[in-house]
Amino acid sequence: MGIGSISIQLPTTKEGTVGPEMSGADCVVASLEKEGVTTIFAYPGGASMPMHQSLTRAKSLRTVLPRHEQGGVFMAEGYARATGKVGVCMSTSGPGATNLVTGIADAYMDSVPLVAITGQVKKDMIGKGAFQETDVFGITLPIVKHSYLVIDPREIPQIIKEALLIARSGRPGPVVIDIPKDVQQAVFKPFFPTSTGLESKLAPPPLDPSLPKTILDWIEKAKRPVLYVGGGIISSGAHLELLKFAERTNIPVTTTLMGIGSFPENHKLSLKWLGMHGAVYANFAVDQCDLLLAFGVRFDDRVTGKVDAFAPKALIVHIDIDNSELNKNKRVDLAVLGDIKEALSKLNQLIDETKWHPPDFSTWHEEIQAWKIKFPFRYRKTEAHILPQMVVEEIYKLTRGEAILTTGVGQHQMWAGQFYNFHHPRTFLTSGGLGAMGFGYPAALGAKIAIPDATVIDIDGDGSFLMNIQELATAVTEEIPVKAVILNNQHLGMVVQWEDRFYDSNRAHTFLGCPNNKKRIYPDFPQICKGFGVRAERVTKPEELVPALKRMLEAQEPYVLDVIVPYTEHVLPMIPAGMTVKDIIIDND
Amino acid sequence: MRHTLSILVANRFGVLTRIAELFSGRGYNIDTLNVGPTHDESVSRMTIVVKGDDQVLDQVTKQLNKLIDVLAVQDFRDGEYIDRELVLVKVATSNKSRAELMQICDIFRAKIVDVEPKNMTIEVTGDESKISKFIFLMQDFGILDLSRTGKIALPRI
Repeated sequence: MGIGSISIQLPTTKEGTVGPEMSGADCVVASLEKEGVTTIFAYPGGASMPMHQSLTRAKSLRTVLPRHEQGGVFMAEGYARATGKVGVCMSTSGPGATNLVTGIADAYMDSVPLVAITGQVKKDMIGKGAFQETDVFGITLPIVKHSYLVIDPREIPQIIKEALLIARSGRPGPVVIDIPKDVQQAVFKPFFPTSTGLESKLAPPPLDPSLPKTILDWIEKAKRPVLYVGGGIISSGAHLELLKFAERTNIPVTTTLMGIGSFPENHKLSLKWLGMHGAVYANFAVDQCDLLLAFGVRFDDRVTGKVDAFAPKALIVHIDIDNSELNKNKRVDLAVLGDIKEALSKLNQLIDETKWHPPDFSTWHEEIQAWKIKFPFRYRKTEAHILPQMVVEEIYKLTRGEAILTTGVGQHQMWAGQFYNFHHPRTFLTSGGLGAMGFGYPAALGAKIAIPDATVIDIDGDGSFLMNIQELATAVTEEIPVKAVILNNQHLGMVVQWEDRFYDSNRAHTFLGCPNNKKRIYPDFPQICKGFGVRAERVTKPEELVPALKRMLEAQEPYVLDVIVPYTEHVLPMIPAGMTVKDIIIDND
Repeated sequence: MRHTLSILVANRFGVLTRIAELFSGRGYNIDTLNVGPTHDESVSRMTIVVKGDDQVLDQVTKQLNKLIDVLAVQDFRDGEYIDRELVLVKVATSNKSRAELMQICDIFRAKIVDVEPKNMTIEVTGDESKISKFIFLMQDFGILDLSRTGKIALPRI
């Protein structure tokens, strides 16, 4: 088969083992176990019952029962983001499957390896408007890396092997497997292949061998270089290579929100993160730089603002594993397709071999240092109430930057990024691209299951926390001692901030408390926690904060700390959407 | 700019939807689309003609290449490929016009596949310019119905 001179072959798999006679459902579980999956987040229903029956007989696969399918898929994401392993979740057909959709979209936007298995009505009922029937394959098409509707049960082992491989290879992403009930019930002798036949198609593309030399040449000519790195560093496990490269080239590093943790934020070369609510000095540095090394990033609009005015003076080198990201949002001077870990290793190798030394960037570093001193992340401290930024700072001090943080979406998410210093990759788990409220608590549960020894804290907002509050039950029943800190300002804080900035402070359904009694804190989170059997307390005064945080961190069980904060705080600095670094708002008034 | 994309895909259900979605999701209308098996029954070839600026088409091509079921994509430029389209056209005829119509068919090497008292159905194959010229000439007689396969193409080399 040829197209031009390209020769084409469909994947074929012949080697493998034949298993004993079993049902399709048993085959799903056996295939997952063979692939080394140890945890599945699964909520049952009519069309997935056979698979749940099989899960009760699983040998090495733990089933975690969330209390809502969205909680389940966010747990799988938390698990995947904390480890890099594929997160696996399962739901029934129809509403169970549609409840997964937000999590699938989230995994797609943030490149998280995820396999979502959904039950489907029997094959002969598909398309007939059967009870709990939804075209999941169709609904999820634009938000998956790949998807399957299993028609022939004998394909189950091949499909599950493929799905896990596709989810984790290259730029990771979600894969959906929709399995009709009669396929789960069919009895047959499965064939477990040893490989999928897709391995070569999915292998990272070879790197241009001339690349390291070119980049080092460009660095030699530069006076104000910046490394702008993203989630790709974390996905490819290249953080150590990045650290070495940054130190050997003496180039300052700023990360995207998704790249937080890929470079230690307490390092002298760290500019923390950039973009709309990123560090002033990071945004200034990118604005002034003459060489931008964009590694494993996608020039997202929350990073670039007005894209034409982003890094206007710089030569830009973009390396990414996804060809479609190159020259997509920003035209660059050198676009390189490849694995960033390999690229950085080759660069470090060339530096070592040639005993290469960077030119003197001391003037550039002095310039940056002056910005760092003049414009640190800051807020106006007060004794009157607990400020949300202060809460994050105290959590950082108490955990010394060694905890895994998850967040919901909004102001608290930005403050968590700003006022905590992340030292390790996979320690800031946040819904960056999709911005899905309700992500924080279930993601924390998934992360804690994956890494039981870690301190896992969900820093959440009152709005976001309420969106998946039912997962308090999962924390208790599955004995997952995660901690949650609710920065409770009784408002949808980020939208309030935009109302203040762009809509004359007209409150349009952004008050989340009780309109009949605005002084009452509503809902009563500690009271809700009591009902779930979760230890909780509320603090309102600054002097109560640290002792309460200590009690929370020392607890060996799930714990919720409801921290009452004013709603009047704005997340600053801020580059309004579509604007440039010149429009940056640094302080209130 | 008009592009002719030739895409080899695994012959599985859902492939067409995945590919069409890449265009529709970007607000692009596909001019013509043809799908058929190749000499390997597990592989189909799609030929898509679409208008769009080069940068967006480049993006679509890269996205196509990411699909698991897509085996190869080629964006044909002028002269690099051979293309054909087949058209069935039903034209109104009368005793007066029939002879002239048959003459034109001769010139275009078109085949008359059905004759009715007041119309004729003609089959014509050719590249884009021939087809559009033929259809243009048929308009004078009165086109009653028309069906086109859309362009199919193969690279020269």
